[in-house]
Amino acid sequence: MLDRRSRTAGTATATGLIVKIAVLALVAGLAVWAALPLIGAEAWWALALEAAIVAIVFYTYLQRRAIPLKYLVPGTLLLIAFQILPVVMTVGTSFSNYGDGHRVGKEQAIEAIVAAGVQQTPGGATYLVAVGESADGELTLLLTDTADGSTWAGTEAGLNELDGARTDDSGRVADADGYTVWSLAELGERQGELAELAVPTGPETGIKVQGLSAFEGASTRSYDESCDCITDSATGVVWHADDQSGRFLTEDGQAALVGWRVGVGFDNYLAVLTDPDIRGPFFGVFVWNIAFAAGSVLLTFAVGLGVAMALNRPGMRGTKAYRAVMILPYAMPSFAMILMWAQMFNRDFGLVNDLLGLSVNWYGETWAARTMVLVANTWLGFPYMFLISLGALQALPADSLEAAKIDGATGFTAFRKITLPLLLVALTPLLISSFAFNFNNFNIIELLSGGAPFRSGDAIGGTDLLITYAFRQAFGSSSADYGFASAVSVFIFIIVATISAVMFRTTRNQEDVYS
Amino acid sequence: MTRTSATDRARKAPKRPKRRGPFARWAADTGWRHLVAILVVVFALIPIVYVVSAAFNPTGTLSATSLLPSGFSVNNFERLFTEDNIPFARWFFNSLVIAVPAAFISIFVSSLAAYAFSRFRFKGRRPMLLFLLLIQMFPAFLSVVALYLIFGAIGDFYPVAGLNSKLGLMLVYMGGALGVSTWLMKGFFDTIPKELDEAAVIDGAGHAQIFFGMILPLSAPIIAISGILAFVGTMNDFILASLFLTDRPEMTLAVGLKTLTAANSPASYFGVFAAGTLITSVLTVTVFMSLQRYIVSGLTGGAVKG
Repeated sequence: MLDRRSRTAGTATATGLIVKIAVLALVAGLAVWAALPLIGAEAWWALALEAAIVAIVFYTYLQRRAIPLKYLVPGTLLLIAFQILPVVMTVGTSFSNYGDGHRVGKEQAIEAIVAAGVQQTPGGATYLVAVGESADGELTLLLTDTADGSTWAGTEAGLNELDGARTDDSGRVADADGYTVWSLAELGERQGELAELAVPTGPETGIKVQGLSAFEGASTRSYDESCDCITDSATGVVWHADDQSGRFLTEDGQAALVGWRVGVGFDNYLAVLTDPDIRGPFFGVFVWNIAFAAGSVLLTFAVGLGVAMALNRPGMRGTKAYRAVMILPYAMPSFAMILMWAQMFNRDFGLVNDLLGLSVNWYGETWAARTMVLVANTWLGFPYMFLISLGALQALPADSLEAAKIDGATGFTAFRKITLPLLLVALTPLLISSFAFNFNNFNIIELLSGGAPFRSGDAIGGTDLLITYAFRQAFGSSSADYGFASAVSVFIFIIVATISAVMFRTTRNQEDVYS
Repeated sequence: MTRTSATDRARKAPKRPKRRGPFARWAADTGWRHLVAILVVVFALIPIVYVVSAAFNPTGTLSATSLLPSGFSVNNFERLFTEDNIPFARWFFNSLVIAVPAAFISIFVSSLAAYAFSRFRFKGRRPMLLFLLLIQMFPAFLSVVALYLIFGAIGDFYPVAGLNSKLGLMLVYMGGALGVSTWLMKGFFDTIPKELDEAAVIDGAGHAQIFFGMILPLSAPIIAISGILAFVGTMNDFILASLFLTDRPEMTLAVGLKTLTAANSPASYFGVFAAGTLITSVLTVTVFMSLQRYIVSGLTGGAVKG
């Protein structure tokens, strides 16, 4: 009704019109600003996408027919860009071998391998070397040309001019935007990682590191398209491309250091099922993950509901004070309090062992560590359960409780047969979403136990959840495996989707909500 | 289950003569309530008392800290603001600069959508509402790898919004704008009588005037609650912030304070960490306590309405 009438109203006031024009002008300005780098980089697809988005925005706010669109477009655009697109990309990545050693395309991989065979040619350029890690962890050579002092950033993908770098007295790059520069000590320690790193500058030329300097030269290696192989004329080694795994392999199966991205189909998923090193622990994590989520919901709900029952009595003294104290754990910054709990569970000086007179090594034993995360999570979560239980208790129909009382149901019986079922009807959706939240409760595990305890050589710890395990696979200190980590994420998606489906089924009788 | 308890009741009922003394009656009626409440209050308070005690502990190490304070000094607070490698004020500032606008914009965008869902009937409305309920079950950090790649690419073109930028992180937080809060607000808007809208239309108001001039002001409580929850959620985020912000002065409180804990810093930083925690909590606790009433009704409103 309303929408039909307001269709004729349009932009009714002068202020409204001015605001509208101003906002659209701002959008246009932003669009031009955003288009410039895209044109500079000749990224035509991105430009087309941007133009489409701007067109949608302008169309939405200049037309008068579909009013709801005007209210839905901003949120929907954000939703698509930063929630739906990442989910789609995660699924895509899970079918590839993307990760350390497989970051680039095939051509770039060939160039990098060829460049690694570079021998110094007389008169070639030489550089002073600093090493930086880019924000996404890629090793980058930060080079200063000894001839003219210009600065360059080189990766296995190629060489780019580096603007805005600060050099120290010797001329070496000391500080560059977007890079974490290694200290000299670090450079000495991690020299090994640089041995195979080379920056291609042409088909058969490249820059190679030697100690703290680098030189440009010609490579003894060359790529031959007819056999899809790389030959090193100095050593006689031949690498053949293996398009299945995205690597160059020698006759006896040695892989060249740099590979490329290929689709690997369901390999990442199959690895979970077939690789015994992964399968066993993965199944264990899965079971613990469910137990942790269910246990957290049960414990927090039991404590929260217990207190709510205790305080739900009109005329009881001190309820306000009790309530104020009890929501404190909910109001405290949770990340900091988890870190605090981590200290309180310290074996030697921690408060928990101190107060209880124990000397439990909370981080060393699997079950101690699991108890620890559950205790801390109960502390964090019970106030929320308390608040919603109290709210639901007070909203219970008084007549059914009265009727139960008249029938002689008192105390525990009344609670179990009348109050609890009625409460659960109202609270089930919240309990299920609490389960879903705890299923992926990254903070409590990462900040409290960090997944500990780890048995020697195991990649999975006793308290690891799937999400912390996937995160470590992708961004941990050992080599990054984005493909596998994405597969685990997709796996989590599927579980959570199943939970949601169950939730929708159980609450279907509340359909009127959606009308 | 049902059958046994019926007989239970029959057996128990006659066994309840009023032969108990006044104390026993008080204990059965109210006493246990205080007992339960006090036990849980102790449980709730222990870590908080410990934080306070650690923050004012003169030594500042874990081993010298006990539940009840053994001394008093503001040394830890001084170090928090004076030491060069603890840019606490910067961290605090960063957290606010990210969380306040992110919460504000999320709530604004979310309330727009909630208005559309509450007041208009259009094709795809129901599926969209259900989809929002579904998508909020997938937290943004599940697709961290993809977010990482996306913002790596964005950073190539627009360094202001790439990795290691506050704007990039804000965009991720705002991506989750439509979700729970949209549902909460839609529920609240539904309770505002439609007759008000119709009266406004007769007076010549357009849809925008109805929304900004009438619905928004009338919904102040729910908007405050959604805003607070979004703000606190953003303040508490660790995983995305630790991924996006790696330069020490650029960190948020969550990422920065973690660098002060045992695994990453000398033992004497424990007191400093506690002091930082205490200052952060003063902010969040004040906000919570002042809006306590709304929070209870806001959360349960969501419970009843799905």
